[in-house]
Amino acid sequence: MAKRITVDPAACDGFGFCAGILPDMIGRDEWGFPVVVPGPVPAALAKTAQRAVRFCPRQALHLEETSDDR
Amino acid sequence: MTTLEATPRTAGARLVGEARGPGLDLEAHLRHHGALALPERYSSSWADWLLGEIERSGLTGRGGAGFPAHRKLRLVQAAGGRPVVLVNAMEGEPASAKDRFLLGFAPHLVLDGAEVVARALDAEEIVLCFPDDRLGIGRHLAQVLSERSAAGMASTPVALVALAGRYIAGEESALAAGVAGRPARPRYRPDKSVPLRTGRREAVVHNVETLAHVALIARHGAGWFREVGTSEAPGTCLVTISGAVERPGVVELAVGTPIGRIVELAGPTGTVQAVLVGGYGGSWVSHDELAVPYAPRELATFGASMGAGVLVVLPLESCGIRETERIARFMAAESAGQCGPCVFGLAAIADDLRALADGATGSEGFDRLVRHCAVVDGRGACRHPDGVVRLARSALRVFATDVASHRRGVPCAGSARSSLLVLPPFDPGRR
Repeated sequence: MAKRITVDPAACDGFGFCAGILPDMIGRDEWGFPVVVPGPVPAALAKTAQRAVRFCPRQALHLEETSDDR
Repeated sequence: MTTLEATPRTAGARLVGEARGPGLDLEAHLRHHGALALPERYSSSWADWLLGEIERSGLTGRGGAGFPAHRKLRLVQAAGGRPVVLVNAMEGEPASAKDRFLLGFAPHLVLDGAEVVARALDAEEIVLCFPDDRLGIGRHLAQVLSERSAAGMASTPVALVALAGRYIAGEESALAAGVAGRPARPRYRPDKSVPLRTGRREAVVHNVETLAHVALIARHGAGWFREVGTSEAPGTCLVTISGAVERPGVVELAVGTPIGRIVELAGPTGTVQAVLVGGYGGSWVSHDELAVPYAPRELATFGASMGAGVLVVLPLESCGIRETERIARFMAAESAGQCGPCVFGLAAIADDLRALADGATGSEGFDRLVRHCAVVDGRGACRHPDGVVRLARSALRVFATDVASHRRGVPCAGSARSSLLVLPPFDPGRR
């Protein structure tokens, strides 16, 4: 099922593990906070995306169903 | 810097009438508006009727976001429990005085509205939330509540809660957290269809002006409410106007009144350069765009919204870039400090604006400002950073001529003038 990556910006402290694990979909702004490529996670990256979510020290990264519009 | 005197002038007013002298006590309130008919106990058919009337009225929230009032109510109703009604009197917007004016002049109308909502949702409690730097509001409300109970008005239990009077404390998820005794900071809510909670209860948050309109809709119905305003955005609204005007204060107007007309009512002191619309997270609108009706769809054409009912008139002599910088600086200091893009991004945008206002930046600095706006937009838990981005972008559009000369290193004379804005002193101890 197609999923997208979301960040809870209030929880995120900019550790940057997610960008290290999933550079194809997550960059970092000049202050180190993640900037996520919008849209669904391609099937080929699904496993890596799950790993990025699991390794977030603040549990700020989430995978959500793409059904809603934002 | 200016201060706001809440001197009302009214045009087709419903909430505040021809407001003169002291506010309406209970007797005057009942004489003016008539008694409020409510069912003895919770009645689902009355609740359905009321929510239907609110929906048909087209009433939108008057606190800033402009969300349809009935939808918030239905969301909480669908949750099925006994919720709490949070009355939002925080009014953290420095250029707004309408909510405290309304509470001062027509407090019973606001409390009627809260009671109507509480009955419709079978609420356990009403909590009146006011800022701790305006304790007079709390004292006033306490007196108003005792007046109601002395008159034997049956009521849902009411509590008064003072919360830290900061810009962001009125954001509804921050308010719900504050009432539950947690730090009053916004929460990340990706799914807005999940009702807010405060402690174990569902919570519905409404601005005081919204509730005053509800009190009138419960009395006179949706058809009456829609008799003024536009068909898309019916009713009246309160507006606080300040800046370069002879009579700053609060006015009640039909939604859709042209901005230029509102400015005329307040008496501009000189040539108008632009008007800040909505609030400090709002948008500048240029002097040649002032025919625009004060209504959501029309304002959206200029990237603006009604926001919290704020208009600030900027005279020709002032520098719009400098004033924008001052607002951005204030808003950066008012960040709740949770989200990186807000904490660092707003400070960066304020710095970029300062450099531009000083004429100390070339194209590179301008490009940096544009980039920072793009990087920050939409990346906070709440809309606080988005408001600053919107404000900065509107400044670049409306003051484009000045921006061009500032970029060439020639700042306008106005950039050295003192501010016309209401800017509370920054107190770093208040976070």
